[in-house]
Amino acid sequence: MTRDLLLEIGMEEVPARFLRSSMDQLKDRVMKWLSEARIEFGEVEAYATPRRIAVLIHQVAEKQQDINEEVKGPSRKIALDDSGNWSKAALGFARSQGVDPEQFYFKELGGVEYIYANKSSAGVETASVLSEGLMHCISSMNFPKNMRWGAYDFKFVRPIRWMVALFGTDIIPLEICGVAASNVTRGHRFLGQETVVSEPTEYVAKLREQFVVADLAEREQLILAQINALADEKQWKIAIKEDLLEEVLFLVEYPNVLFGTFDPSFLEIPQEVLITSMREHQRYFPVLDASGQLLPFFVTVRNGNRHAIDTVAKGNEKVLRARLSDAKFFYDEDQNFPIADALAKLETIVFHEELGTVGDKVRRIRAISDKLAARMQADADTSKLVSRTADICKFDLVTQMVYEFPELQGVMGEDYARKAGEPVQVAAAINEHYQPRFSGDHSPASLIGAIVSIADKMDTIVGCFSIGIIPTGSADPYALRRQAAGIVQIILDHKLPINLTELFDMAMDIHGSAQLLKRNRDEIRIDLCDFFALRVKNVFTDKVRYDVVDAVMASGYDHLVSVVARGTQLMKIVSEQSDFKVTVESFNRVSNLATKADSLEIIASKFVESVEHDLFNQHQAVHAKYHEALQAGDMAAALEQLSGLQDAITAYFDKVMVMAEDADVRANRLAQLHAIAEDLKLFADFSKIVWA
Amino acid sequence: MNFQQIILTLQNFWAEQKCVVVQPYDVEKGAGTLNPMTFLRSIGPEPWNVAYVEPSRRPADGRYGENPNRLYQHHQFQVIMKPSPDNIQELYLESLKRLGVDPLEHDIRFVEDNWEHPGLGAWGLGWEVWLDGMEVTQFTYFQQVGGIETNPVAVEITYGLERLASYIQAKENVFELEWVDGITYGDVFLQPEYEHSKYTFETSDVPMLFQLFNTYEEEARKTMDQNLVFPAYDYVLKCSHTFNLLDARGAISVTERTGYITRVRNLSRQIAATYLAEREKLGFPMLKKGDV
Repeated sequence: MTRDLLLEIGMEEVPARFLRSSMDQLKDRVMKWLSEARIEFGEVEAYATPRRIAVLIHQVAEKQQDINEEVKGPSRKIALDDSGNWSKAALGFARSQGVDPEQFYFKELGGVEYIYANKSSAGVETASVLSEGLMHCISSMNFPKNMRWGAYDFKFVRPIRWMVALFGTDIIPLEICGVAASNVTRGHRFLGQETVVSEPTEYVAKLREQFVVADLAEREQLILAQINALADEKQWKIAIKEDLLEEVLFLVEYPNVLFGTFDPSFLEIPQEVLITSMREHQRYFPVLDASGQLLPFFVTVRNGNRHAIDTVAKGNEKVLRARLSDAKFFYDEDQNFPIADALAKLETIVFHEELGTVGDKVRRIRAISDKLAARMQADADTSKLVSRTADICKFDLVTQMVYEFPELQGVMGEDYARKAGEPVQVAAAINEHYQPRFSGDHSPASLIGAIVSIADKMDTIVGCFSIGIIPTGSADPYALRRQAAGIVQIILDHKLPINLTELFDMAMDIHGSAQLLKRNRDEIRIDLCDFFALRVKNVFTDKVRYDVVDAVMASGYDHLVSVVARGTQLMKIVSEQSDFKVTVESFNRVSNLATKADSLEIIASKFVESVEHDLFNQHQAVHAKYHEALQAGDMAAALEQLSGLQDAITAYFDKVMVMAEDADVRANRLAQLHAIAEDLKLFADFSKIVWA
Repeated sequence: MNFQQIILTLQNFWAEQKCVVVQPYDVEKGAGTLNPMTFLRSIGPEPWNVAYVEPSRRPADGRYGENPNRLYQHHQFQVIMKPSPDNIQELYLESLKRLGVDPLEHDIRFVEDNWEHPGLGAWGLGWEVWLDGMEVTQFTYFQQVGGIETNPVAVEITYGLERLASYIQAKENVFELEWVDGITYGDVFLQPEYEHSKYTFETSDVPMLFQLFNTYEEEARKTMDQNLVFPAYDYVLKCSHTFNLLDARGAISVTERTGYITRVRNLSRQIAATYLAEREKLGFPMLKKGDV
């Protein structure tokens, strides 16, 4: 026998960003509790609107399952004391399991006797445990931000104002902060009324009558269908950013889409500014034409019906007008603010107490950028542009627009720099130097942008590491992981022939000369290497197996382009050539024995067997070509050269007993193997490859 | 509805809800929250319901009377209810109806906006209330005031009167709002807006202001040592306003800024603690018998 179960928690408006997780949490907690209470149940649905989260569980058993299980206790030796009475351990076991020691019996397991007991209890009526269980589910919920209200000693995401708790048609008695559960829910704040839900499965339909669309998918569909219809009718492209749609979804119970317009003269302001203002301040969807140009319209979603919708549109237009007037004011003011004055102002902004002002940071970026440009053998023109970009890359931080919209840093810099007559490459690179801004974003398109971006990020990472700010767990306040991943991405995308440790040293030199290295340089370098190793590993994710990654990284990841090429090539061969396993086994034999070598000198005249000469000659032939291929970054050719040693190695081990009695012969053989192992090591530690 | 009627309507409405209607406090401040009727009375176990208009000065927002939306001094209508009533949102919406705002004709939303005032060691959770996309009210459940956990919790409702009026009167420019028949907001406030902006950004005596800050701070401390909470708090307000004037003038660097805010916060915390102790000495007189 089963009944359906409904629990709705009605609240004052819950922050949109917490709603989905709160809904999931309620669902998980109720399901977990039912399972632990041995109450069987069927399908589970969850709902959320700004004023409620709810869970509806179908076919909940009316009775708990009975317990009938055998529990195992301590061994006989421990369970009985010297005089044959139950020991403390045995009595403790009885207590913890809630069984009478009288019921213990012995059973053998693996040659040892243990005490056992049968635990059994009849399940009780579900209805008799629901109150306590659901109270526990609700009061144990936690949220990113909790609050108290009234005179209650209770914390929740927002004040609880009503609850519906039904088991079949019965109301489950619950009370929290003066709110008693009932079968009465509340409809839309303005359009709806209170309504009785007489049994759980009526929930969604009853709410719909009261202008609340409780189901998330249905509500999202309603919003999207209306937006698409509007776009079709007007021949617009309405840009729907997912996180904004998600937020809007949780700001409305009964969505109705409307549009408004703004004065086209505002279109003089850069598109990004208008879009950001509409999205961030007003939660509007921007409207574009077919070619992606912004149009002077916006789309918003009302929490209500279409009555007096023109008033709502006019009101929103008025607000947007004030917002865009502000933006226009900032935009005009900012352009009257010379870059030189902005740079002077950077000297008063603290980047980090121990690392100086933003002005100090800019000077370090410039110094690192110049070194990096020289190292990349940039021509004189490019070097000049790099220097200028580095000098002014942060000037827009003190503009009013970026103060208002921090996410427009770089975007405004580019626009203002271009208007101020800076070279177009410099303007573009100012924007690019923040890239990649997030995981999956592009690298800077230009080499200038790439250089300044690396310099900026490396400066931050080295600065933080030198004063002991090293990300641990979830604590990464300066987003150093993202910045390190950004550096790795830029080096790979631009195929920059530079070692990571060179970059570390450049940045540490600059910090050192400014007396900013607060820790031992070698320690910082070790920490940096470890930190970057994880970022490099992430590059391979999904494409190269972890053991292959470990194998090539063991040969060094200082040169990113090389390690990625080696990893990719090795993965290809490992997955495509089934006999490669044999090759690797021969490599591993060589490398294992090579560790015993003392002398590195190979004396051909001391070879005894002809296969020794063969291997020597074969290695001589391979060695030069192998190094050439490594140099050229042709990892396919490099690995092919190494594989070419396999036959000679196999023949060698068939005939030769390496650990010969004669010390000279033995040393000579080990030296030979050591030389080969050294070459292998440049590609990968092949022993790390795991074979199925 | 003119500006004056809006104020009178709100006063009457909240008076009906048993709020004590008091007059604006006579020391300069940046927000109604700084009024001792809010800041101090939110602390401690005593119930407290109050409503008042607060002219709030934000020197950095001065625009010489040229900007249609930004003002050196604007007006807030402030309501505090402690403990927060269970139907506080409904009461608030009812007050909007009294102002002629019919929710069925508009789109009214409660959008998450949490409030924090580092200088007061105070924070709370709540919303900004949107009327057709315009933020007209700040709605906050105080969780901490002066570094002290609130218990019971006070709810604060702050109406932005100019914004509300610009909506109700359908005016684009704040100076065109009707204060009362035949007299505009500009008639009353345009000249002070211009002059205060000019003073704030151009002519204020910076060394004197720095000196005043120190003097006020010292006086606050000395007064507090005598356990005289209210006069000490007046000097904290003066510190806060002086700081705002200096900040608007660009006289305080980013680094120093934190230092000044910390100084004001330390004073506020000390005053909050002293206030609580003094009320306790008096036996929390506003607690009804059996209310402990």
